[in-house]
Amino acid sequence: MTGRSAIQKPGTVRSLTERILPPIVLGSGFVGIWYLLSYGLLEPRRRFLLRPPHEVVQVGFLDWDNFSDILLSLWSSTKVAMIGLVIAICIGFILAIMMSQAKIVERAIFPFMVTLQAIPILAIVPLIAFWFGTGQRSRVVVCVIISLFPIIVNTLFGLQSADRGLHDLFTLHHADRVTRMRKLMFPSALPAIFAGLRISAGLSVIGAIVGDFFFGKGDAGIGQLLRRYANQLQGEELLAAVIMSSALGVTVFLAFGWLQQRAIGRWHETTTGVD
Amino acid sequence: MESDRTGSVIGSLAFEETGMVFPDGTEALQNISFTVDKGEFVTVVGPSGCGKSTLLKIASGLLEPSSGSVRADRDQLGYVFQDATLLDWRTVQGNVELLAELHGVGSQERERIAAEAIELVGLSGFEGHYPRALSGGMKMRCSLARSLTLKPPVFLFDEPFSAVDEITREHLNDETQRLFRTEEFAGLFITHSISEAVFLSTRVLVMSARPGRIVAEFDISFDYPRLPELRFDPSFAELCGQVSLKLRGSYA
Repeated sequence: MTGRSAIQKPGTVRSLTERILPPIVLGSGFVGIWYLLSYGLLEPRRRFLLRPPHEVVQVGFLDWDNFSDILLSLWSSTKVAMIGLVIAICIGFILAIMMSQAKIVERAIFPFMVTLQAIPILAIVPLIAFWFGTGQRSRVVVCVIISLFPIIVNTLFGLQSADRGLHDLFTLHHADRVTRMRKLMFPSALPAIFAGLRISAGLSVIGAIVGDFFFGKGDAGIGQLLRRYANQLQGEELLAAVIMSSALGVTVFLAFGWLQQRAIGRWHETTTGVD
Repeated sequence: MESDRTGSVIGSLAFEETGMVFPDGTEALQNISFTVDKGEFVTVVGPSGCGKSTLLKIASGLLEPSSGSVRADRDQLGYVFQDATLLDWRTVQGNVELLAELHGVGSQERERIAAEAIELVGLSGFEGHYPRALSGGMKMRCSLARSLTLKPPVFLFDEPFSAVDEITREHLNDETQRLFRTEEFAGLFITHSISEAVFLSTRVLVMSARPGRIVAEFDISFDYPRLPELRFDPSFAELCGQVSLKLRGSYA
């Protein structure tokens, strides 16, 4: 053990540069192409279509009036996404646990879950508005619908993945259902649950923005802001808002990776994609 | 199940004309009768797929035999599986405490008996390690320690060392033999290794290919403690040869 870590140490320093350098190079290339498109391809009259990076930074990020608008609406959407995610987690856990307890429940529920997953969210937006209005509630509903499926599927798969021999061991020692769930099935399921959570967290952010795009009442989220900037041809602000939305998605992804590492990293070989 | 238990004698296990036919029609076991008393270590050797594991599942009560009966003291059964079957999210200490926990033993007492069992299998110093940091042999030791915590009067082993290398296996055989001598349980051991069977047991039963029947029985009278050198003894080799011969015959 000690021998191996001693060999690995010099390697980690090198692999850090190896890991950081390629995305930096690619990112710089990307910014370069952006400038090229802005100044080389677009005539000044049409340059509003793609503002050069430094103008986006100046107008979108450094102008506090604009940036605070973006941050506020981003915060509003973040709240929607988190509430939606928490509700989806609760519903998803309850359904997955029920399904794991009896095959018949699984067979009964599963087709409907697949159907729910298959419904294009845009197709039911009018229905959601009809039932829940066009306020915060509808945005949350979109988040829940869009992020529920991966949680159920992954949690169920995880609960069912507990080792056969361990199940036998728990049977031999007369463990009841609750004990079996708490001490065997749920911990076994954690890696799969986290895999599902990361997918769903990303989806709930998308859900919040999509929902916000269609439902205008209440606190305006980032979707409303994007739509306004686009309508008013505010290219710099629009790009800044897009970048911030992406940053939110990345942050959520990293946060759940970190959470996963904290929760199960000690015993599970996880591939978080962030390490 | 209840009627079986009333007839059971502490520390003993008895098969009485036990047969097993699975719902799909496969006959796994046919007319098995033998007993294992306290202080006996009985090993069943047989070709793979002969129903050895089914025999243990029936002994433990995980499976109901389709004919005949089994009497066993199953209150605190020791069962060592083919794999270590550890909880990955628990340390060695946590894993060894599991069974006592399932039986509602208080945390202090649990800690004490776990420490004792860990010491017994030679895992002291590894209490805080997670299974992923252990070698195959150490995982198996941990699994053994877990089974030992309840001081089981009946101990079932389902080819526990088949996945570890030869040297580790011999070490674990020594340990198992030592535990058998100190804990004085009734042991039923399943393996397909003849030398392991002869080395460990007071009695070796040879099982035929499916449907499994007991086709031969050997009393192994070497004195305990049996030293590793016993494996090079001519009489040991001769016994192994005899068992092997019966095993070959069982294929016909």
